[in-house]
Amino acid sequence: MKRVSLLFTLAAAAAFSAQAASAETLKTVKDRGLLSCGVSQGLPGFSSPDDKGNWTGLDVDVCRAIAAAIFDDPSKIKFVPLSAKDRFTALQSGEIDVLSRNTTWTLSRDTSLGANFTGVTYYDGQGFLVKKSLKVNSALELNSASVCVQTGTTTEQNLADYFKGNNMKYEVIAFAGADETVKAYESGRCDVFTSDVSQLYAERLKLANPADHVVLPEVISKEPLGPMVRHGDDQWFDIVKWVLFAMVDAEEMGVTQKNVDEMAKSDKPDLKRAFGTDGNLGEQLGLTKDWFYRIIKAVGNYGEAYDRNVGSGSKLQIARGLNQLWNKGGIQYAPPIR
Amino acid sequence: MSIEARSPPPQFVFRLKRALGGRSGWSGVALQIVFVIALVWMGYEIVANARANLEAQRITSGFGFLNNTAGFDVSQSLIPYSGSDTYTRVFLVGLLNTFLVSIIGIFFATVIGFAVGLGRLSPNWLLSRVAGAYVELVRNLPVLFQILFWYLAVLAALPGPRQSIALFNSFFLSNRGLVIPRAIPEPGWEPFLVAVVVAVAAALALRAYARRQLFEKGRAITIWPYVIGLLIGLPFVSGLIFGAPVAFEVPQLKGFNFAGGTRVIPEFVALTVGLSTYTAAFIGEVVRAGIQSVHKGQMEAGASLGLSRGATLRLIVVPQAMRVILPPLTNQYLNLTKNSSLAVAIGYPDLVSVFAGTTLSQTGQAIEIIAITMGVYLLLSLVTSAIMSFYSWRLSRSLAQ
Repeated sequence: MKRVSLLFTLAAAAAFSAQAASAETLKTVKDRGLLSCGVSQGLPGFSSPDDKGNWTGLDVDVCRAIAAAIFDDPSKIKFVPLSAKDRFTALQSGEIDVLSRNTTWTLSRDTSLGANFTGVTYYDGQGFLVKKSLKVNSALELNSASVCVQTGTTTEQNLADYFKGNNMKYEVIAFAGADETVKAYESGRCDVFTSDVSQLYAERLKLANPADHVVLPEVISKEPLGPMVRHGDDQWFDIVKWVLFAMVDAEEMGVTQKNVDEMAKSDKPDLKRAFGTDGNLGEQLGLTKDWFYRIIKAVGNYGEAYDRNVGSGSKLQIARGLNQLWNKGGIQYAPPIR
Repeated sequence: MSIEARSPPPQFVFRLKRALGGRSGWSGVALQIVFVIALVWMGYEIVANARANLEAQRITSGFGFLNNTAGFDVSQSLIPYSGSDTYTRVFLVGLLNTFLVSIIGIFFATVIGFAVGLGRLSPNWLLSRVAGAYVELVRNLPVLFQILFWYLAVLAALPGPRQSIALFNSFFLSNRGLVIPRAIPEPGWEPFLVAVVVAVAAALALRAYARRQLFEKGRAITIWPYVIGLLIGLPFVSGLIFGAPVAFEVPQLKGFNFAGGTRVIPEFVALTVGLSTYTAAFIGEVVRAGIQSVHKGQMEAGASLGLSRGATLRLIVVPQAMRVILPPLTNQYLNLTKNSSLAVAIGYPDLVSVFAGTTLSQTGQAIEIIAITMGVYLLLSLVTSAIMSFYSWRLSRSLAQ
C-alpha cells in the first residue's frame, strides 16, 4: 500500500509539473554552465567532428560565438548531433537551446513548429550532383532519373515541384541519414544526389573520387540557412539574433580576430558603441558590456568564419557569392549596433 | 438440543461484495473507485498539460494537417499517389507498404522456418548441422545489420541499368530493381477470373466428395489428375473462347531507367529477405520445440503403422505440435511486423519512414503522428493475434481437446 501510494504521488507530480517556464532560456543556460547546441551528424564545413571529437564548422562557430558572449569561453558547449528527422522535436522539447544545423528558413517552420529563425548564416540553394560519366550538362536532361534524397527536408519537396513543373518523371529514394543517401548514390542505386549546393560540395569531398562527380549549374530553390530558437522567449531570440549580426557588422567595420584588441581601444563612435566603451548595449541584451569583444576574440568576424570553414581557407573552396557583404556584391546585411 | 436447518444467508449481496472488493469487502470497493477516479483525472491532466504547453509555444496541434498537401513523392506505392496528394494518402501508402512487407515476410519466414526446424531434427547429420549453424548465425546478429547487409550486398553485386542482366529480353535485373513485363487486362480478363474461381470451387468440392467417400465407404479416389485438369483446363478454355486475358507491356530502356513494366525495388527485396531469414531462425526453434514436445511414442506408433517418416510427421506429429507452436509463432509474426519499421534505414517507404519520418519533420506535429503510428502497429498486432487465436481454437476443436 505504501509503495503504491509513493508511485502514485510521483506519477501525479510528473503529470502536473509544467514545462520549465519558457521565457528563461538565458537563465537556464547560465545555471547549467553549458550551451546546448543542436548540430548535424557530420557535414563538413557546417558542423562536423574531427577524429578527436572537436566540432568545427560555420554552424558550430555561431554556437561558439553565443557561448563566448554568455560565458567568455567558446568551449562551454554541449553539441547534440541530430538527423533531419528529429532536429525540430529536440528543439521543441527543450533538449537543445538553439538549433544551428543548416536548416532552411520557411514559413511553415517559422509558425507551426513553435520556433523562430533568428537570421541567415548562409544563403544557399538546392542543386544536383551527378557522375561525370553520365554526360549530363543540365538538370533538364534528368527525365526518368533515379534521385537519392534525405528524408524530411525541404529538398524532397523542392525536388517534387521541380520535376513536376518541368514535366519530367523521376524515381525518388529517400533515406533517413545523409551518409546512407550518399552511399546509395555512390553505389549507383541512383543517378543523382540532390541537396543544398553547399552540402553537395561537402559530401563530394567524402566520395572516393571527388573529381568524377560534377555539380549541375541549376540552382532550383532558395535555401536561407539559419539558427532556430523556441517561441516564447524574446530575450533569448534577441541574443542569438544579435550574436550573428555582431559577426557580420564586425566584418563590415573591419574588426578581425587579430586586430580586435587594438580596435577595442579605438575612438571611432561606432566601434566605441559596439565594444561597450560608450553606452550599455550589451547589458540591454542581457549579456555583458564586452559581449562584442568576446564574440570576435573567440571566433572572428563572419568573413573569417566563412573562409575558415567553407571558403578559401577550407577544403570546400566555395566562393562568397551571395554570402558576401551587401556593399561588396552579396546580400549579407546586419542592422547597425546602436 | 436439536440443530434446526436454517436457510443460508442471502448469497447475492455477499457474492457481490466479494466480487467487487475482494476480501476487504466494501472498503475495497471504495478504494477502487477512488483509484479509478484519480487515474482518469491524472490522464486528463496529462492531456491538458501537453495541450497548454503546445499552445504556449504556438506549436500547431490537432489533426488538421492530414488534409494538407504532402509535396513529396515515394518510390513504391500500391495505390496511385503523387506529390499533390494529402498526408492522409501518404499514410495509406505507407500502411499498404508495411502490410505488403509484413504479409510476404510472414509467408516466407514460416516456410523457411518450418524447413529449418524440421531440418534440425533430421537424422541426416549434414542437414541438421547446416540448419543448426543457420539458426545460431542468424539469431545472434542484430536484424538491422542483416537488413543492411542484404541491401548493400545485393546492390553492390548488381550492375547499373544500362548493363542489366536480361532474360528473354523482357526481364531485366539491375541495381534499380527487377523489371518485369506488366500485365494489362484485356477483354478476356473477367471471364478468365470467373473460370479460375469456378475451377477452384469445383476442385474443393471434388476434394470434399472424395474425403466423404473415403470415410463413409472406404473408397479411395485419386483426385489430383482431375484437379489439375480443372485448374488448367477451365481457364484455358475461357481464354480460347473469350480471348487472351492479359497483354504484356515489355519494359524498354529509355535514358536513365526502364519505361513500362512493373518494378520490384531492391529496397523491398532486401527488407523482405532480411526480415524473413531473421525471423525464420526463431520460427525454426519454435517448431523444433513444438515437435519435441510431442511424445516419442507417437513417432513409433506411426512407424509401426507402416507410415514413412515424412508421413508420420505430416499426419500425426505436427498437428499435435501445433498447440505448442502457435503462441510463440504469433510472437514471431508480431516481431516481424514491428521490425519492418527498420525500412527507414535502407530507404524503403514504409509507414514509419513516410509518416513518422518525413511527415513528422515537415509538419512538426510529433505527438499526433507518433500516436497514430503506435495505434496502427497496435491494431496490426491485435488483428494478427486474433487471427492466430481463431486458428488455434479451430485446431483445438478438431483435435477434440
